[in-house]
Amino acid sequence: MKARVHVMLKNGVLDPQGEAVRHALGAMGFDKVEGVRQGKVIDLELAAGATHDDVVEMCEKLLANTVIESYEIELG
Amino acid sequence: MRAAVIVFPGSNCDRDMAVAFERAGFAVDMVWHKDVSLPEGVDIVGVPGGFSFGDYLRCGAIAANSPICRAVVDHAERGGYALGVCNGFQILTETGLLPGALRRNAGLKYICKTVRLVTATTDTAFTAAYDKGQEIDIPIAHHDGNYFVDDAKLAQLQDEDRIAFTYAQNPNGSVADIAGVVSKNRRVLGMMPHPERAADAGHGGTDGIAMFDALASAFVSA
Repeated sequence: MKARVHVMLKNGVLDPQGEAVRHALGAMGFDKVEGVRQGKVIDLELAAGATHDDVVEMCEKLLANTVIESYEIELG
Repeated sequence: MRAAVIVFPGSNCDRDMAVAFERAGFAVDMVWHKDVSLPEGVDIVGVPGGFSFGDYLRCGAIAANSPICRAVVDHAERGGYALGVCNGFQILTETGLLPGALRRNAGLKYICKTVRLVTATTDTAFTAAYDKGQEIDIPIAHHDGNYFVDDAKLAQLQDEDRIAFTYAQNPNGSVADIAGVVSKNRRVLGMMPHPERAADAGHGGTDGIAMFDALASAFVSA
């Protein structure tokens, strides 16, 4: 079983890297970009029997810092 | 007086921190991250700067879940003292011993220079030797020192007088110019600037010495 975890800075937490990408896109002439948020994707290879709750616990304890980051889990 | 300085793979300020503690009169044990307990009788734990575990995942995240950090959390929860500098501050926020988190610097650049700090509270064993409002020059060297807390937590830190130092000129985008904060019981300090790198005339500055000396006198009188 696989799980994909998306980790993003929470709304309201300034994302300086996303802002830098937005500026760069603007400088390149991509003038239809109104905002950029940068995050990360973590792919997990899970043993049989692993549950969604297990992945939630991994996110809460290690994969995301919930002070500043939110996460979404895709199981598949 | 005993200090323990934790060594992670990628720590690079551990020896500097040990020397600063020794200079103030502490006996210092270096403690490897895989150890599961602190030496007997440790008064204060130093969590040094560096790039523990290559800053993989997030700065400090993997170190915060290492075996020794469970012992450090236990030590702090029993009322023990801890000082986290730079990566050590990041690690202590990741353990939950200190509030907030450190984000990428607002200017996205690694910054290595001496900055001026303002002593925001003298009501800690770390800052007792400074005067409130006293300006001190301490080096910073970080890429992820942009301190974040939400508005409610910031108000709480201000109400509880838990902001130890602010930057005279904010170098990294930190909320409310915060350079260092203490725990609720005032015994755990985390700060991005490096007092141990301003602890010898050869460093070009000595404003950090007073922190280690103040800690030493706190334990002598205790």
